[in-house]
Amino acid sequence: MTRRIRGISGPTVSVEFSGLKLYERLYVGHAMLTGEVVRLDRDRAVVQVYEDTKGLGIDEPVNIVGMPLTVRLGPGLLAGMFDGLQRPLKRLREDMGPFIIRGKQMYALDHMKRWRFSPLKRKGDDVRTGDILGYVEEGAFKHLITCNCDGRIVWITDGEFSLGEPIGKLEDGKEIFGCHEWPVRMSRPYKRKFPPSEPLVTGQRCIDFLFPIARGGTVILPGGFGTGKTILEQAIAKSADVDIVVYVGCGERGNEMADLIDEFATLSDPWTGRGLMERTILVVNTSNMPVAAREASIYTAATMAEYYRDMGYHVLLLADSLSRWAEALREISSSLEEMPGEEGYPTYLASRLSGFFERAGVVETLSGRIGSLSMVLSVSPPGGDFTEPVTQACLRAAGAFLMLDTSLAHRRHFPAINYFQSYSLYEKDIVRHFNEQISSEWAGLMQRCRELLQAEERLREVAEIIGVEGLQDADMILMKVAEMIRIEFLCQNAYAEDAFSPPEKTVSKIREVVEFYDSSISRLREGVSRNQ
Amino acid sequence: MRLSEHIYSTITSIRGPLLFIDEVFTARIGEVVRVHSPDGRIMDGEVLKIDAKTVLIQVYGETRGLDIENTSIVFADTVKKAPLSTDIIGRIFNGSFAPIDGLPMFIPEKWSPITGFPINPSARARPEEFIETGFSVIDGLNTLVKGQKLPIFSCAGLPSKEVAAGMLKNAIIPPVLPLAKGGEGGFVNRGKGDFVVVFVAIGLTYHEYSFYMNILGEMKGGFVAFVNMADEPVMERLLAPRFALASAEYLAFEKGMDVLVVITDMTNYCDALREVSTAREELPGRRGYPGYMYSDLASIYERAGRIKGIPGSVTMLPIVTMPEDDITHPIPDLTGYITEGQIVLNRELHQKGIFPPVDVLPSLSRLMQRGIGEGHTRGDHRKIANDLYKYYAKGRDLRRLEAIVGRDGMTDSDRQMLDFADAFEREFVNQRMERRDVNETLDIGLNILKRFSLEVR
Ligand SMILES: Nc1ncnc2c1ncn2[C@@H]1O[C@H](COP(=O)(O)OP(=O)(O)OP(=O)(O)O)[C@@H](O)[C@H]1O
Ligand SMILES: [Mg+2]
Repeated sequence: MTRRIRGISGPTVSVEFSGLKLYERLYVGHAMLTGEVVRLDRDRAVVQVYEDTKGLGIDEPVNIVGMPLTVRLGPGLLAGMFDGLQRPLKRLREDMGPFIIRGKQMYALDHMKRWRFSPLKRKGDDVRTGDILGYVEEGAFKHLITCNCDGRIVWITDGEFSLGEPIGKLEDGKEIFGCHEWPVRMSRPYKRKFPPSEPLVTGQRCIDFLFPIARGGTVILPGGFGTGKTILEQAIAKSADVDIVVYVGCGERGNEMADLIDEFATLSDPWTGRGLMERTILVVNTSNMPVAAREASIYTAATMAEYYRDMGYHVLLLADSLSRWAEALREISSSLEEMPGEEGYPTYLASRLSGFFERAGVVETLSGRIGSLSMVLSVSPPGGDFTEPVTQACLRAAGAFLMLDTSLAHRRHFPAINYFQSYSLYEKDIVRHFNEQISSEWAGLMQRCRELLQAEERLREVAEIIGVEGLQDADMILMKVAEMIRIEFLCQNAYAEDAFSPPEKTVSKIREVVEFYDSSISRLREGVSRNQ
Repeated sequence: MRLSEHIYSTITSIRGPLLFIDEVFTARIGEVVRVHSPDGRIMDGEVLKIDAKTVLIQVYGETRGLDIENTSIVFADTVKKAPLSTDIIGRIFNGSFAPIDGLPMFIPEKWSPITGFPINPSARARPEEFIETGFSVIDGLNTLVKGQKLPIFSCAGLPSKEVAAGMLKNAIIPPVLPLAKGGEGGFVNRGKGDFVVVFVAIGLTYHEYSFYMNILGEMKGGFVAFVNMADEPVMERLLAPRFALASAEYLAFEKGMDVLVVITDMTNYCDALREVSTAREELPGRRGYPGYMYSDLASIYERAGRIKGIPGSVTMLPIVTMPEDDITHPIPDLTGYITEGQIVLNRELHQKGIFPPVDVLPSLSRLMQRGIGEGHTRGDHRKIANDLYKYYAKGRDLRRLEAIVGRDGMTDSDRQMLDFADAFEREFVNQRMERRDVNETLDIGLNILKRFSLEVR
């Protein structure tokens, strides 16, 4: 049955009420814009529209699709680039040229493409939800196809298939396909969760050495404009030691994404040597694309990330920037005329955020494998003021806080991670790991490095007044060495060879500096003057 | 299409630029309406919100003189569109796209929605071709590239007008020549054939107006101007940049031209946005600006860019006057969050008589790296830029020490660094109204480095 539009305000539309369910997906208007029921009142349903509502008219028809907002999961997501609703941007472009026109439905996956399926179950086997039926080769990855229902297999294919045709059948007549739909706002099930305890090597010395992060952990990168959030996110996307990377450009710049696409196409994964794009999925909803789709984009990405996690992979989700997501939430909330909380954000901001952070973690999958989903999320506080609601809500939920500092960025100290105020709750576990796996000196050197930086900070005030020349010899050496730590060790130019630093290089670099300091001090004690 | 045109005289309320109309049968979001005022004026408006039979309309024009009984509204069944043709080049329009240069209206080749459509991110080509502005601090240290959006952050009383004028007159796209070894090759000045400047002035005072009219007069073509005066309707401040960008996109992506859009002053734009938002009784955000200001500004700034497989480009230089000289004020702050870098003007440099008074330290062009060097500008560009920045930053740091211990208390090398910083400001940054090509710019920089034995190897 067709309903009619009764009112339109920004990205929300109100519709005649009869028989609609909450979170049901709809096609809105003659242009068939994707929408979702977000509120039911006594006399009307309110629909959030994921595309630009310009041109939409009163009395236009609204049709029910049935499911909530979902994404399509199956082979062919890797190396893909999607908008916030998982529409494939490259095919969209082939279809309608360089500009995005509204109301175009397109499946994320190519249903014509043929894949080779290798079964791991046979006719007559009993299977349950989450069991692995077989796999296809998606590039270098074994893409596991799992079962969505319980039953006995009466037929299963071995060989080529496309996503439009069944690959098997159960006794009760149910057909099995190589892809399926999953509601984006529902996290995918797993058997159990473990606390994050294994390192996620980023290749960034400042992170790996001072604020190490864990697979399955959550990290936030707040910083004012120009402090290097995007560059850092991209550097981590390039060199993180994970199997699969999902990168979300959430309400940010188009040129940045063009740059990333061109660059990733030419680079390779430093750990495997394979093309970087082969392990990457991009979700892009730039700042000028519809806000409601921006709000959905992080969920679209998380769902795809969980899908690969469920195959037993280590997946990293990077989002730039979570603040733009929160602002989209605020825009939608205000068009719904909800009661605003702090700074106009809806009162459920914090619970939505922590719900999203909860989708990270190390899990045992339904099929008994271990997979992880880690998150590195940038935050863009207005005016660089960290007391604002989004940063504060993130701080409560995240496991690591890498504070990007405007004054470091102005001095072109990049990555501009404030080395005093940042922290990682994973530090203890991960340092133990590095101590065992990389170098037994790791923890000791880390301590020394921190002490030197703190000592410099204390001396700096003195030096400001009397000049560096006026310091005592030992202090002077300390200042020099701390400067070496800052400039040669903590700084890492994203545009140079040094952009990726494996842990072995990281520890040997800091060892050199600390040894240099120790030998200079002991020579000073032996009476050699500082200039020598 | 609707079969019949409805005329409504069912206005229930008028608030500033907003009208509420009742008993409307059919309307679309963004639909253009004609408002017929009792004194015979006709103005355009746009549908903002529909709630059952009540429609909220925003009027682009002076609402003074409207009344509830005798004002009538006609729905036009179309969204707001811009008339386009290459005949707009050389012309001056107001914020509603009506000519104000005394010449007749041109005949449009086509009409396009003024809000445009977002560029598919996978269709974007990354910006990497150098645009020469003629200013050393920009070309040398904060290079602008085609498709970039790079704002100028100014303060009240600083000569942002003169900087804008310099851009209007001097910016060119130098043809890329195969450069001789070590970057000795040069550029020849090319005509402005495929290069057009779109100039958008929002909320101009009469004084500024006559200044810019003189500049446009000297330019003799190669521009399109949209001028909204301070005493003209606030709504036109929101329209002018959109008309300008629809024109820029048309010239760039349909006619293959390289378009530089100079907008002054985005602060007036944002204030207009706040005024309208307040009239709509929306919940105010920081300092009273609406919560959607980021998305709204992005819908303007993000229209800069290049497209794969299509010649032409839209590059944007918005000018933002920072209220209270505060870079964390929402207008410069949100601008900085959307644009690709910033050029920051500084009061102290202005007082020293330096023009353009650009403070190099907080300024940055984020897309510079791809637009300089061999094949773009000169092989030694990156090195010269890095060294100038590094030593100048050092010199500036030492000025603070100098203030404490005095010049005599400093080492020779520190004193030399202070002198370098002075020379850099006086000779490199400062250039009055003279135009320098990038070769001269780099040579001047190189000479200062050499003079202080900070040679580039
Ligand atoms: N690791 C780095 N090495 C070299 N330069 C860097 C590095 N990180 C940042 N930069 C410089 O800082 C600029 C701004 O960085 P970036 O675009 O990441 O900022 P951002 O925090 O994402 O800003 P915004 O919030 O406006 O998006 C870059 O264009 C680059 O010039
Ligand atoms: Mg960024």
